[in-house]
Amino acid sequence: MNIAIVVNVVIEGVLTGLIYGLMALGLSVIFGVVRVVNFAHGEFAVVAMYAAYLLFVNFGLDPIVSLFPIAAVFFFVGYALQTVLINRFVDRSEHEQFILLVGLAIVIVNGLLMIFGPDARPTNLPYSFDSYAIGPLFVDKARVYAAVGALVVAAALFAFFRYTSIGTAIRACADNRTGAAVVGLNIKRLYALTFGLGLACVGAAGALMVPIADASPLLSQAFTLLAFTIVIVGGLGSMAGALIGGVVIGVSEALASFFMAPSMKSMVSFALLVAVLVLRPQGLMGRRI
Amino acid sequence: MKDLWSAIPRRGRVILLVAITLLLAAPMVLDRYLISIFVLIFYFAYVGQAWNLMMGFAGQLSLGHALYAGLGGYVAALLWFYFGIGPWLGVFAGVAVAATFGAVIGWLGFRFGIEGVYFALLTIAFAEFTRIAFDNMAFTGGAGGLFLLYDAQRSHEWWNLRGGPLLFYYLGLALAAAAAILTARLARSRIGFQWLAVREDQQAALALGINVFRVKMIAVLISSGMTAIGGVLIAFYYNNLFPAQAFDIGRSIEIILAPVIGGLGTIFGPIVGAFILTPLGEGLIALTVSLGVNVPGAKAVFYGLTLMAIITLRPDGVWPWLKRLLGLTETES
Repeated sequence: MNIAIVVNVVIEGVLTGLIYGLMALGLSVIFGVVRVVNFAHGEFAVVAMYAAYLLFVNFGLDPIVSLFPIAAVFFFVGYALQTVLINRFVDRSEHEQFILLVGLAIVIVNGLLMIFGPDARPTNLPYSFDSYAIGPLFVDKARVYAAVGALVVAAALFAFFRYTSIGTAIRACADNRTGAAVVGLNIKRLYALTFGLGLACVGAAGALMVPIADASPLLSQAFTLLAFTIVIVGGLGSMAGALIGGVVIGVSEALASFFMAPSMKSMVSFALLVAVLVLRPQGLMGRRI
Repeated sequence: MKDLWSAIPRRGRVILLVAITLLLAAPMVLDRYLISIFVLIFYFAYVGQAWNLMMGFAGQLSLGHALYAGLGGYVAALLWFYFGIGPWLGVFAGVAVAATFGAVIGWLGFRFGIEGVYFALLTIAFAEFTRIAFDNMAFTGGAGGLFLLYDAQRSHEWWNLRGGPLLFYYLGLALAAAAAILTARLARSRIGFQWLAVREDQQAALALGINVFRVKMIAVLISSGMTAIGGVLIAFYYNNLFPAQAFDIGRSIEIILAPVIGGLGTIFGPIVGAFILTPLGEGLIALTVSLGVNVPGAKAVFYGLTLMAIITLRPDGVWPWLKRLLGLTETES
């Protein structure tokens, strides 16, 4: 067994995991604040993938660039969705929220199927097959770019929540909704902003996913479950936890595909999910729930 | 039985008798296609009732019920496939395996305080885990699926579930009716009231001295076992099983739709829901064909929109509303 190959596999896993982490970050932000489980999360990621694919094929826009307009549009979609539909469900029971978002997921994934068909759409960037050689290691250039992009977007979101007054207000909402309402915060508007931010995250993540995966409607359900697994493993409500969870799942998937079979990679993630739920339900980075 | 019957108001009894008579007689005028739709309606009414028992009465949200149906179907089909053991015996093995999985999931969830959305994710994780495991196991046929031979010479062996749609029509009807009666009986029993107490307020139930863990475990065991029987029925009806379908989260969602749309925690909710959703799906196919938009996905888009509309406008389900419309409001609590 060559150590260099294993290290290579781990590095690939870390890079992919950072993009997964950004996607999960969107879910974590939405659940942490609005307390609604976005069961259409992976579906939105795949919509963003198609958007990035179209922008590349028609205008030659690199996903690193196109993620900004995609994230902006997704923000407004999320804002509108929360305002029009999901705000009415905030105080309803979990299974009702679930059915609403599952309905939305069904509409999105089948809408994609109607428009684009079931075939996977690859995006061949000019540097798709380039790699950096560091000693015995070879690292995909496209993956490095995408991972750095994911880190930058995540850092921007951290800064927003930490240093802006709206970010602070949203955190107040998450900590104590009644208290936030008492001091005069507009909860519904802040929820809409949060859902918008969550979707902007998943939009950016979807665009960054394009260099490493082919856009296909079939990915959406797997992405939704992946985002959930990551968020639970990392710790709900912990933003760093989402990224770390993403890396943990990314590496475990990479190692499982290498040592077992690619088709068995999610088995390890689900095993991790069950283990974390039972042994440490607050997640790796979460506070006690 | 008698107390259940007398609990239904007079007008309800008349409607129920007419409905049962019509359903018993219907195959005389239905063609094969319509019979196949009714088989699906009965199937979803049955497994929906099983799920309803756990969610509607005991308040435990499971999004992995495809696991139990899939295990029941696979175990019975494998016993038939390899050893020629008939499904009337295989169903016991299937129920045992599914209930064991239910027990493990329930134990993990309830012992370690995994609740609500987290419990739902635990059930999804088990179903997905099993799906991938079955995908990679050779003796179950792997991802390529397991096929039961349809032998025309044995098609009279109804006791081995070898038969045409008519057999499955009456079997499905019997199962759906039995599940409704069982649920009604349980709902009026001690355990039924304990379920309601746990659903409404677990802390208060604990304070009343209810063994919450035991009560929830019973719900999971009954629900998973019942679902497995439905899985056996549908496996022998279609004569094929694929992990990607049998254990898919999409299948789990299908199972919960009828009770949610029909009315959670009611006896007739899953039945009404199944009678709405299955024909709706079929009707949408006809609609998309006649509109000339019959591309893959078109039907499902309408389906998803309908779900969103119903859950937005009738969050309690259709049955409570229908009941008022029919003037049956004084029936079941």
